[in-house]
Amino acid sequence: MATTAEPRYAAFGASGAGGLAQAWRTLSNALIITRREVRDSFRDWRIIAPIVILTFLFPALAQFVAGQFVDFVAGYGAELIGERTIPFLLMIVGFFPISISLVIALETFVGEKERRSLEPLLSTPLTNTELYIGKTLAAMIPPLLASFGGMAVYLAGLVYGDLAWRPQPMLVLQIILLTAVQALVMVTGAVVVSSQTTSTRAANLLASFIIIPMTLLIQGESAIMFLAPDADAPGGIGALWAIIVGMVVVVILLLRVGNSIFNREELLGRTIDELNLRGMVRRIWRCLLAVDEAGTPARGLAEWYRRGVLASVRRLGLAVWITVGVFLVALVAGYAVGQQPQWRLPLIVSGSLTNTTTDLNQFVNISTRVGGFRFILWQNARVLTAATLLALFTFGSAALVLTPVVWVVLGYLFSQVTLAGINPAFLFVGTLTHGVVEIPVIILATAAALRLGAVVTRLPRGMTVGQAWTAALADTLRIGIGLVLPGLILAAAIEAYLTPRLVALTLGLG
Amino acid sequence: MIEAHALTKFFDTFLAVDRVTLEVPAGTVLALLGPNGAGKTTTVRMLTSILAPTSGWARVAGYNVVNEPEQVRAHVGVLTEQHGLYERMKAIEYLDFFGRVYRLDANERRRRALSLMERFGLTFALNKRLGEYSKGMKQKLALVRAMLHNPPVLLLDEPTSAMDPQSAKLVRDAILELQRDERTFLITTHNLTEAQLLANTIAIIRSGRIIACGSFEALSREIVGEPVMELRAAATLNGFARDIGDLVRVEAAGPDWVRYRVADPVTTNPALLRRAAALGVEVVTLAPVSQTLEDIYLQVVKEDEAQEAVNGNHS
Repeated sequence: MATTAEPRYAAFGASGAGGLAQAWRTLSNALIITRREVRDSFRDWRIIAPIVILTFLFPALAQFVAGQFVDFVAGYGAELIGERTIPFLLMIVGFFPISISLVIALETFVGEKERRSLEPLLSTPLTNTELYIGKTLAAMIPPLLASFGGMAVYLAGLVYGDLAWRPQPMLVLQIILLTAVQALVMVTGAVVVSSQTTSTRAANLLASFIIIPMTLLIQGESAIMFLAPDADAPGGIGALWAIIVGMVVVVILLLRVGNSIFNREELLGRTIDELNLRGMVRRIWRCLLAVDEAGTPARGLAEWYRRGVLASVRRLGLAVWITVGVFLVALVAGYAVGQQPQWRLPLIVSGSLTNTTTDLNQFVNISTRVGGFRFILWQNARVLTAATLLALFTFGSAALVLTPVVWVVLGYLFSQVTLAGINPAFLFVGTLTHGVVEIPVIILATAAALRLGAVVTRLPRGMTVGQAWTAALADTLRIGIGLVLPGLILAAAIEAYLTPRLVALTLGLG
Repeated sequence: MIEAHALTKFFDTFLAVDRVTLEVPAGTVLALLGPNGAGKTTTVRMLTSILAPTSGWARVAGYNVVNEPEQVRAHVGVLTEQHGLYERMKAIEYLDFFGRVYRLDANERRRRALSLMERFGLTFALNKRLGEYSKGMKQKLALVRAMLHNPPVLLLDEPTSAMDPQSAKLVRDAILELQRDERTFLITTHNLTEAQLLANTIAIIRSGRIIACGSFEALSREIVGEPVMELRAAATLNGFARDIGDLVRVEAAGPDWVRYRVADPVTTNPALLRRAAALGVEVVTLAPVSQTLEDIYLQVVKEDEAQEAVNGNHS
């Protein structure tokens, strides 16, 4: 029996192949999977039938509806509505076929897992990335072909038909781009859903988390297409560009999540969809009390703080710096907005700071009569809790949206006060007295929420989604219970009892 | 060709494989036996670089299963527990797909596919959709897939489980032939006769631990003890069992037969026959009572269960 230490090996792929050659090889291997899957899809009448109907019959129906509708509304002098219905229907014609991509994606990932045909594929030398790209493309190509085909049929009928519609090229491009990114969002979302389930039934149920937001988004896009003031602009509709950019960001995040969880361990390690709440709570509790990665429980409060909480803070790492950076940007952005003439407040330079605060209060509630201790604590705690909860569903990004708002307001107020030539000392006193405690605490809480939401986008080596998430949740709870909550209590006490007095003194009211 | 040292796998807190150490040299077959849920499939998945070991290391075909997963998988043929064929594809398309995945060129893909299909008697079904295949045909096709890229190491999970006796023999012959060609096999099976026929080394795994490992002969000696012989006489044996007590350890006796254990049959049996002749006993047959792998397996598992119970009571 071998008992010697394992010799070191060079990492796989360090064969000297250039990045481009490696990328080509990855794509070429991925396309082997894609070709097989696409061919398989085209052998399934349940996929072919809707694709044919949605490519040829539905666009023809949409053309007919468009013609009828344009004539109908023109009868009431509402030509504008008719004009805007035509691109709206183009978007719908494109969207219906790509909704199939969700079905195919769920089928190719979880369906294959269910039929047990995934393991032979996982036993081949294909890398996780090649499998992921191959299957993603396979889920996207047939519906996208159908979608673009349908749009082409619809457009051809309208351009060369009786309506002789002359579309705004940029708007058509926007609709094509929207269709493509929506398909990507659905497929990449389906991969995430598939990897966390073991049956198509469970996957289909979870897919509502994808289809419902997509439907809402389509409704929003429709409203924009009808109501946007720049609907006829040659550069396209601004709001649609914003949606496209936002969707691209979502795709990137989902691709990261998908690529990190689409691995053999995660796909084969999970065998049953079991909701074991008691076990989950027990695991989180164990992690919460642990002082090391082996799960050794703390022997006392001092050790828990020294080894457990501090280790959690250290693990926040980059998240802290990102949070500080975003807060600074928010502060500067608030200041910059305040410098714009159209956003300036008509503050009167009265020479009296009391009058200034009264003036400010007409526009922004920054009363020196701060609410009671309980109100302040509740206010801060609920904002941080909401940011943490929302961060869970937004890969951490919501944490960086909610909490920086107060920094924008502070930057804005600072700019107004300085623009009015007023000494901003009262603002500093009003924020920094309790801010000495509150600001670091909010930074820690925001960073912890960011990390908790983002941990699935880049799993620590050797960890499954569940393990990484449990560890991040335990870190968040440790920081929350050990530092944030005591910090918020202390800050609220200072803000309720000390800050008003100091501000009053600064304002000469003492 | 396959080396594993203290290979361990935890699924959360569940210990699936516990410090498994194995060595399977080139040109040999190791049969991994064990009850359901013993850790056989998890071990194979770690050796295929599908699951990462929690601790320990393994090398397959000279490649490290953690650092060089693609190389490991390129040099291993795997027959998985579930064949998982693509039912809408034809056999030839299916093999062509896996040939591409293993980066075989078009001619090689076709040549290897046709030759293996012929070897396993499936040529007639080359253009049949896999959904139309019988269970045994599917099993054979999955084996063809595992052998398609001519791998030096084959990890086969229940290779003949769904096959008729004739097909099973075909597969066993193929394994023996490839073994002579210096291929290395790790087979997990519940078919103990097959394991005994094919394996050079037998490892018994239970609760994730290897509880016995060695050749059949060594295990037999170690676990079941000295060989058992049975003597049958033409007439009733009156007190013969007592008369040979100084030569052998009698295990059981009947009116015209006696069964005994003997440490060195080569010298003891002739002496025993001489004594029988001297006592006027007419010997009809003297033959070893065959010890099967089943005896060994059941004995090992029973002892391990007893040990576990003792440990459990002590703790």
